[in-house]
Amino acid sequence: MTGYHETFGRLKRTALIPFFVIGDPTYEQSLELVKTALDAGADILELGIPFSDPIADGPTIQKADLRSLAAGMTPAKALQFIGEIAAFQPVPIGLLVYYNLIVQYGTERFCRDFKEAGGTSILVADLSIDDADEMIPAVEAAGLETVFMITPNTPEERIDAIAAKTTGFLYTVSRLGTTGERNDLSDSIRPLIARIKRHTNKPICVGFGISSAEHARQVANAGADGVIIGSRIVKCIEENLCTPERIAPAAGRFIAGIKAALEAAPSGG
Amino acid sequence: MKRKGRYGPFGGFYVPEVLIPALEEIEAAFERFRDDAAFVRDLDLLYKDYAGRPTPLYLAGRFSEIVGFSVYLKREDLLHGGAHKINNTLGQGLLARFMGKIKLIAETGAGQHGLATAIVGALFGMETKVFMGRTDVERQNVNVHKMKLMGAEVIPVEGGTGTLKDAINEALRYWTAHIEDTFYLFGTAAGPHPYPMIVRHFQEPIGREARRQCLEKIGRLPDLAVACVGGGSNAIGLFSAFLEDKDVRIVGVEGGGRGLDTHQHCATLVKGSVGVLHGCRSYLLQDENGQIYETECISAGLDYPGVGPEHAYLKDSGRAEYVSVSDEEVLDVFDLFCKTEGIIPALESSHALAWLLKQKGRLPKETAVVVNLSGRGDKDAGIVESHRPLAARMP
Repeated sequence: MTGYHETFGRLKRTALIPFFVIGDPTYEQSLELVKTALDAGADILELGIPFSDPIADGPTIQKADLRSLAAGMTPAKALQFIGEIAAFQPVPIGLLVYYNLIVQYGTERFCRDFKEAGGTSILVADLSIDDADEMIPAVEAAGLETVFMITPNTPEERIDAIAAKTTGFLYTVSRLGTTGERNDLSDSIRPLIARIKRHTNKPICVGFGISSAEHARQVANAGADGVIIGSRIVKCIEENLCTPERIAPAAGRFIAGIKAALEAAPSGG
Repeated sequence: MKRKGRYGPFGGFYVPEVLIPALEEIEAAFERFRDDAAFVRDLDLLYKDYAGRPTPLYLAGRFSEIVGFSVYLKREDLLHGGAHKINNTLGQGLLARFMGKIKLIAETGAGQHGLATAIVGALFGMETKVFMGRTDVERQNVNVHKMKLMGAEVIPVEGGTGTLKDAINEALRYWTAHIEDTFYLFGTAAGPHPYPMIVRHFQEPIGREARRQCLEKIGRLPDLAVACVGGGSNAIGLFSAFLEDKDVRIVGVEGGGRGLDTHQHCATLVKGSVGVLHGCRSYLLQDENGQIYETECISAGLDYPGVGPEHAYLKDSGRAEYVSVSDEEVLDVFDLFCKTEGIIPALESSHALAWLLKQKGRLPKETAVVVNLSGRGDKDAGIVESHRPLAARMP
């Protein structure tokens, strides 16, 4: 396991952070897919544990959650999965999870087990800084980092408060809404990153709606430390469900293309 | 950091960051306008002349004879729209108007909240979208038609079993992308703060009136206050007035569906466990990993795997008790009540009546009960017919 500080410090460009729903479409295929992503140049992984009611996610990730759940994924198996990935290659692993799954597992035990599996940070999709204090002590005790979101409608003073609670990176979104592909990347991303940077020097990663090398390049040019790509990769699964052997190669090609674009872009941060 | 909207350990604010500014805006507006003279005056006038408040408290004589104690009906079924839902939609709709919002969205299960939102959308000239599970769209087609008549757009939601939970998921998702000009008119006393507080506030007239009417009609407080509980808005409206009256026993009745030993019920407080869903910590119907169950109950309006946080608190504190009745018991009392009182009760409200019928012979005859007849059952005639066709019952 490696931390974000070291990773962002080492990279002279914007980090490539693919997102996967663990166990989509099956445990084994998902494992192969994530390993392929690492081979294709992923710098950090963002992994999600599927939830029955993912209110922050658009249709593509919702379907991925349902596929994974139908194939029998549980939080315990997801932690085992993370352990296998960490053993395959040391890479920072951020977790994206809905709060009820942690509450039912037991917050302290969850943080401990995730850290032990090789995890780096936890972002709880439905836990804002207002209620985060019921979880942060467990996160810190386990030696994990925190990741919180900043959205285009987050007020100035709240950016400070969010940054103060963040030890890993700030996850910001290109525009309002749920996860999912967008044809146009909002013009607001550059001013948003600039606005956040006036408040904090914490790393900033941008997600939601990044679906092409061109988008990734725009995000890199806007000064982001990382670019998170989710729905577009999950689409590679959706489009190849009848020919699962094509999933990993398709996603691998896409990720390699993004990586090349980021390496050609000027340095982020 | 602030810990707002708490009912003991329940309630809270568990939502994605993108929703926080909108919820804070609604909370601030509510605090600003709830006691504002112009707001109160406008709302009172709407309650009185548009919705039909106060609603009567009526002694259901023949039903009382059958059960062996006095049953007083709080006639929310007589309100415009046919249910208590209009209390909340008028209140929140007016709040949206005072805030300068021009678009409304809502989720709906039985269609009663969707209908009440469509009514308010038309009344205030606001563009209205109602998210409704696919299953509910089919089983509540009369309400769907009425919503469309009033100019609302009904958006069928495909996810899950196509019921209220899925409609809420989709409404929340839509809201995250349209937060700047859209007011989410939430239908029940659940969800993230400030909704449990706001919905309770706008439903409080039910209990306030009922308490006063009891004192006028029977010269004392009731022995029991009973209401059905799905999310719990009609129930908290009634219960709120009696919480300090320690001698008034408070009973909430949940949907026992096809039996508590199956997953085909929505008895969240009776059978659930504590967790976090749709912005609040409360009781939930969930598996051991925290995945939420699909619920099933004859009454679409109760079909929800969560429940308002204040009910969770009232349960744990022992101030209120929560019970359930089965679909069959509900159908039995529906039939009986229509024939003895000439009132078609909503299947939701029939849950409360069914529990009362089960108390036959168990309560002293001096007992006075106030039950919230939260809605009328015209919308449910088709569902009842599909379970128990009239033709098969006619001699």
